[in-house]
Amino acid sequence: MAERNALLDGLRAYRLIAGMWVRSSMTYRTSFVVTVFGNLLVTGLDFVAILLMFSQVDSLGGWSLAEVAFLYGLSVTAFGIADLVLGSMDVLGARMRDGSFDTLLVRPAPVLAQVGADHFALRRLGRITQGAVVLGYALVAVDVDWSAPKVVLVPVMVVSGAAIFSAVFVAGAAFQIFAQDAAEVQNAFTYGGTTLLQYPPTVFGKDLVRGVTFMLPLAFVNWVPAAYVLGRPYPIGLPEWTAFASPLVAAVCCALAGLAWRTGLRSYRSTGS
Amino acid sequence: MQDDAFIELDGVEKVFDVRKKTGFLKRERRQVRAVDSISFTVARGEMVGYIGPNGAGKSTTIKMLTGILTPSAGRLRVAGIDPSRERKRLAHRIGVVFGQRTTLWWDLPLIDSYKLMHRMYRIPDGRYRENLERLVELLDLGPLLDVPVRQLSLGQRMRGDIAAALLHDPEVLYLDEPTIGLDVISKAKVREFLREVNAERGTTVLLTTHDLQDVEQLCSRVMVIDHGRLMYDGPLAGLHEVGESERTLVVDLERELPPIEAAPARVVKVEGPRQWLAFPAGESAAVLVARIAAEYPLVDLSVREPDIEAVIAKMYGEQAEKAQRAVS
Repeated sequence: MAERNALLDGLRAYRLIAGMWVRSSMTYRTSFVVTVFGNLLVTGLDFVAILLMFSQVDSLGGWSLAEVAFLYGLSVTAFGIADLVLGSMDVLGARMRDGSFDTLLVRPAPVLAQVGADHFALRRLGRITQGAVVLGYALVAVDVDWSAPKVVLVPVMVVSGAAIFSAVFVAGAAFQIFAQDAAEVQNAFTYGGTTLLQYPPTVFGKDLVRGVTFMLPLAFVNWVPAAYVLGRPYPIGLPEWTAFASPLVAAVCCALAGLAWRTGLRSYRSTGS
Repeated sequence: MQDDAFIELDGVEKVFDVRKKTGFLKRERRQVRAVDSISFTVARGEMVGYIGPNGAGKSTTIKMLTGILTPSAGRLRVAGIDPSRERKRLAHRIGVVFGQRTTLWWDLPLIDSYKLMHRMYRIPDGRYRENLERLVELLDLGPLLDVPVRQLSLGQRMRGDIAAALLHDPEVLYLDEPTIGLDVISKAKVREFLREVNAERGTTVLLTTHDLQDVEQLCSRVMVIDHGRLMYDGPLAGLHEVGESERTLVVDLERELPPIEAAPARVVKVEGPRQWLAFPAGESAAVLVARIAAEYPLVDLSVREPDIEAVIAKMYGEQAEKAQRAVS
């Protein structure tokens, strides 16, 4: 019961804060419009690159254009959702350095919701739109004998994928708290080069987390279930039921991320900055 | 003043574990005691100044009182709540103003930040309207409500921040450097407002500051902290006695002479024919001057009263010498 209230509290706080950010971004209308278009353009170019490749060859590693589009659309849509909801969590490092993180801790709302909604930006809808368009094309173009389980699996993949990516964002934020702590302590003793030492948390938060860690659960976002839908052999010879394991993997990832977040927050509260 | 202890600290400690790099991958662990066994109580409706040099443990104490940090040892209660365990419940009952960082929304009109507080703290509509009206009136915020926060001056923003911290009727208000960087008029406005809030609503106020005028004008009680320990807790006037305050006699002699001998006064500085003598504030300056005039070729003299800053600096011990040099 208490857990459920905390969840509702969190969602409410998230909505309030996200709304404030949307209104803030609207005060710079031109800038908003330009970034939305820029975002669409940049992410769109990704897919154009794939199109260009297929204009030269008929298949990529044995996968047709529609099949690649299916994989691409699934992961981009899932990532886009997570990015929209929690994409600004790497602001956390900066917030902890300038001390404004403390102001979140004196509010009557869950910290995770406040950090998640921080710098909420509607321009990120661009990525989701682009992913959904590609996915839509793939669903029409791909040569699949649609059975009931296969149809169900598509939305399941998107939702589980978004949950898995979200978990990675949260875990990355938790890691930033630890990294911040380490950098802070080093700053206190090595007066020179403080600027340099301030970078690792952010750099780790973004590139390490986005680049490396996403690869592991990514298998469950699309590779394994998509292989089932497309009737292709599994990446590393997994049993067939693993195609339906995505929600389970997502749940485990979220639980682990929640745990990491709690641990991180507790370490902050007992360490300070 | 009521007698119920609203804020209670009993042997509260905060130890930070710092890891010092001693070589490649090698680390030494060391413990830093930022707050060392502090005990005090603050009654409901009191206004208390909490002062000390940078790094003395002021902020750490405030962070523990607001639930931002968890104490390493000791017992701590605010309004009967253990702050670190029930952070969110406590949030409804406290207001916090961080002087150096705003909690207002930079790009939005001031009123939008207040609307967010209204909803986030679930303030009943009637209460919110009443409070807002009163705060706007007391803090002169009327013409500012529709102005984006980024366009406000520092003083206006501080007033805006203070109002934001009071909309939900907190029983205690923590102010961390509320007058830092403000001009004289803004400072006076903020102080006057705090006095009024305290008188009108009985809000308990705990403020940290570097500006001792804040304390002189607002607080009946002052606590001085240094190296994590409470050095003094009592009325401001009492600081002079505890600090064994001294007055300074500056004398100009006809020529350069060896330091004057006139106990209990002692020479603290010599610069050519000018000498500075410190003597206990309780001693008569007239007697001392007469004695010196009888034995030395005196040209001119002046007496300097101890100021509260020098007194506190003296309490900080190692900083005493530096402060005296600054006084002279």
